Amino acid sequence: MEQAAGKLSIEGVSKWFRTPRAVVHALDGVSLTVQPGEFVCLVGPSGCGKSTLLDILAGLTAPDSGGVFADGVPVEGPGRHRLVMFQESALFPWLDVFGNVMFGLARDRSLTREQRREIAERHLELVGLTKFKKVYTHELSGGMKQRVALARSLAPDPRVLLMDEPFAALDALTRERLYRDLQNIWQKRRKTILLVTHNVREAVCLGDRVVLMSPNPGRIREAFAVALPRPRDINSPELAELAQRITAALKNYDVDGAEK
Amino acid sequence: MKRGLAIAAFFAALMVIWKGATLYMGWSPLLLPPPESVARYLWEATRDGTLLSASIVTLKRLLIGYFIGVVTGMSVGLLISASDLLESTIGALALGLQTLPSVCWVPLALLWFGQTEGAMLFVVIMGTVGSVVIATNHGTRSIPPIYARVARTMGSEGFDKWIRVIIPAALPFLVTGMKQGWAFAWRSLMAAEVYVTILTGFGLGHLLDYGRELSSMDQVIGVMVVIVLIGLIADKGLFAPWERFMHRRWGTGAAAS
Repeated sequence: MEQAAGKLSIEGVSKWFRTPRAVVHALDGVSLTVQPGEFVCLVGPSGCGKSTLLDILAGLTAPDSGGVFADGVPVEGPGRHRLVMFQESALFPWLDVFGNVMFGLARDRSLTREQRREIAERHLELVGLTKFKKVYTHELSGGMKQRVALARSLAPDPRVLLMDEPFAALDALTRERLYRDLQNIWQKRRKTILLVTHNVREAVCLGDRVVLMSPNPGRIREAFAVALPRPRDINSPELAELAQRITAALKNYDVDGAEK
Repeated sequence: MKRGLAIAAFFAALMVIWKGATLYMGWSPLLLPPPESVARYLWEATRDGTLLSASIVTLKRLLIGYFIGVVTGMSVGLLISASDLLESTIGALALGLQTLPSVCWVPLALLWFGQTEGAMLFVVIMGTVGSVVIATNHGTRSIPPIYARVARTMGSEGFDKWIRVIIPAALPFLVTGMKQGWAFAWRSLMAAEVYVTILTGFGLGHLLDYGRELSSMDQVIGVMVVIVLIGLIADKGLFAPWERFMHRRWGTGAAAS
């Protein structure tokens, strides 16, 4: 009954933003393929276009040239097979925790009311928040909010999960717990995940592959395969050593995007 | 409790000053009646049913006019929030309407509708619509854009997005708009009742104006007190529970306005 993981292909995507003062070249000929069930982390400094790329994959923004494909089908708008988990939790304050998790299921005509409730309950259990079902979102801590957001994105059973700096606003301890939980959840529910972050260690801890981007214009530079066994501990020396190498590579692209 | 005492003391002091002014300033009781004669008027007008029947007439007009005004205002407000062109055209008109004191509609209403309930209703609706349109439009446009993005990625677009995301997200602003609309409707109706003399119902505004014609200031002030009380009760009874409800859901602050 569970959806298979999806494949993402980005082919020669370019994007410009026209502001009243300047034209920003946000993405320049970006190509990347994410295999079904793969966990890829996009890393780069702010302004490298990584969030724009995620928006394009989500179907919220259209590229100026090139194309993105989900399982071979061109992405022309948002679709329920590619759900986004945003940086701010963006939970709906007028709904309780359960209502938020139900949001994406509510219009699915293929499910009965009972099935929807059962799916939502199962996902609350997955993120460990069953007890907080009836709680309103402002009563939750930052980490709990992101758990609800994760459950909300997973409940409609997307083929791809796009994560836009989901842990950026959390404190270090909460973040570490969520890394562990996300790894567990991902091992249970093999979704294709593309996660955008500026935190190299986070990327190494979570990803099968870490893809580096540089700004002005936004380009993909290098990709590092992470072969460390899971679950990974963000404080392990092997992880730190790899993160250090990747950080060194990142620093090698200066702010103009040209290699030294 | 302490706060209740402070409020009671404040109003008691106000009464003492009022009474003192009537005793020692040498003003005619025709101009400023002492508090006890206002209290006597209130007591008698309550006993013989004058106040109650006038209040019922007035509240009926108010509720009908307010209901039409709010429904129209919210629909127009939601509509113009979806389009910049509509906002800069219809929105500008609504802003103009809001700045126009509703009593200015009375001459037109009298010419169009004569001394009728229709004229009264017209003034109330015109007084209410503008502020509700503006508050609704403003509220809907203040929703964090992230909500709409989440909705879109979850497959909620168009009508579904409006029902399940935009309107609930704008709810605190919508209630503010309704509250403002209520205040405007109340003011408009009083203006209309003072200026539109009709025989189909004797409202509080008429009672106020008759008090002036009869030179009975105890009636004028008494009716003013009733008007204030009805306004306060509406505010506490109608809107406070809503605001408390939203305060609980949205967390502190958001529903404070």
